[in-house]
Amino acid sequence: MHHVVVESWSRRASPLHARDARAKLGALLVFLIAVSTTAPESQTAFALYSALLLMAILFARLPITALLRRALLVLPFSATFGLITWLGGNPMRAVSLGEKSFLSGLAALLLVATTPLAELMRGLESLRVPRSLLLVIEFVYRYLFVISEQAQHMRLAARSRGSSFRASAGALGVLFTRSWERADGIYYAMLARGFNGRFPSFTAGRFVIADAAFLIVASGAAIAVRVVM
Amino acid sequence: MNVVEVRGLRYRYPDGTQAIDGVDFHLEAGECVALFGANGSGKTTFVLHLNGLLTGDGSIEICGVPLKPKTLPQIRTKVGLVFQDSDEQLFMPTVLEDVAFGPMNQGLSSQDALHRAAHALEDVGMAAAIHKAPYHLSSGEKRRAAIAGVLVMQPEILVLDEPTTSLDPPGRRDLIRLLRGLKQAKILVTHDVEFAAALATRAVFFEHGRVAGEGTVGEIARQFNWHSRPEE
Repeated sequence: MHHVVVESWSRRASPLHARDARAKLGALLVFLIAVSTTAPESQTAFALYSALLLMAILFARLPITALLRRALLVLPFSATFGLITWLGGNPMRAVSLGEKSFLSGLAALLLVATTPLAELMRGLESLRVPRSLLLVIEFVYRYLFVISEQAQHMRLAARSRGSSFRASAGALGVLFTRSWERADGIYYAMLARGFNGRFPSFTAGRFVIADAAFLIVASGAAIAVRVVM
Repeated sequence: MNVVEVRGLRYRYPDGTQAIDGVDFHLEAGECVALFGANGSGKTTFVLHLNGLLTGDGSIEICGVPLKPKTLPQIRTKVGLVFQDSDEQLFMPTVLEDVAFGPMNQGLSSQDALHRAAHALEDVGMAAAIHKAPYHLSSGEKRRAAIAGVLVMQPEILVLDEPTTSLDPPGRRDLIRLLRGLKQAKILVTHDVEFAAALATRAVFFEHGRVAGEGTVGEIARQFNWHSRPEE
């Protein structure tokens, strides 16, 4: 099924995939701060940020257009605020709002697309993010697939009876109930195999020199763009 | 020696349905028992009690250990439950990782867990599929992977809920062969009389949450007219 694209990307091999989750998390955080504090007028800075991300995508050997398309998903949300700012008489700020949210979304997506979830969670855990919060994220992530798979089944069933699947309130209700039942089943199956609130991770994460180097270079580049431009 | 001993089990679903209404049941070491009964007669609800996924009134002992919140982790390693819908059982990204999920929860190192998982997959004839994603497998392969995920925990009792659902005849034959080779005591929840007859030495018939009859598979099938031939 096609919904697991990002998950399958995260399991590929590349220099960026090989980096420890903590190094990537650190670099992402610095990048996000740099982007969000950049002045709306410095368009060169945004161009350079984009260049940095593009380089990272090339290093990660991920399909550029597919990745960009997925990052576009953040725009409807920021566009609403952008529109308000535009109408408020500040078009420059509106444009930069779109740019900032797209770049931030793309950077976060790049992290998720190069780090298997279990590793990402372990990285966050070792950075002292509360365990209960991580568990919620992990379940939401897993059950999203459950729900989307259920929706795909229902769409197929609807199509085979000659109609198209519309997200009507009724269909959504059925989708919710079915996903709920399925999620229950999965949870039972997990408990039956001794699930104790912690998803196992199979790779022993070690922060090596290459990780430190990546963190310094990536953060340094973002900071340099922010300070110089 | 009885590996499962259930006395006076009762369970009511939150919506008020009395799903289990006073069930006594036992299973001997190495024995294979089939559970028959109409849909909704309480078979699946019953087996969900055997490793504490549901808790009703009455007493359950597994290998002499009473089932209590405190003994749950121990009991869950003794009772291996293979669910009806393999898609619900396979939730990790690859088959190997999925099978290793149980041993990792038992506290094994990832290296040992993966090693044991690879062995279990080999035992069920799935060595070639270990790095595949579960959703790429056929129904028969999914069922075998799910069984491997349970066998890897080295349970003493194997409970299979409708194991022949969505299997083609060769898949069903392979499953019979696989199960025959396993030394564990088995409980088969099934509508498939032929399948049960090939494996089980005893059958228990459920009706309205109670045990309505007990005997050999042939006796029970006759007594309750449990077949799908329209002419009789």
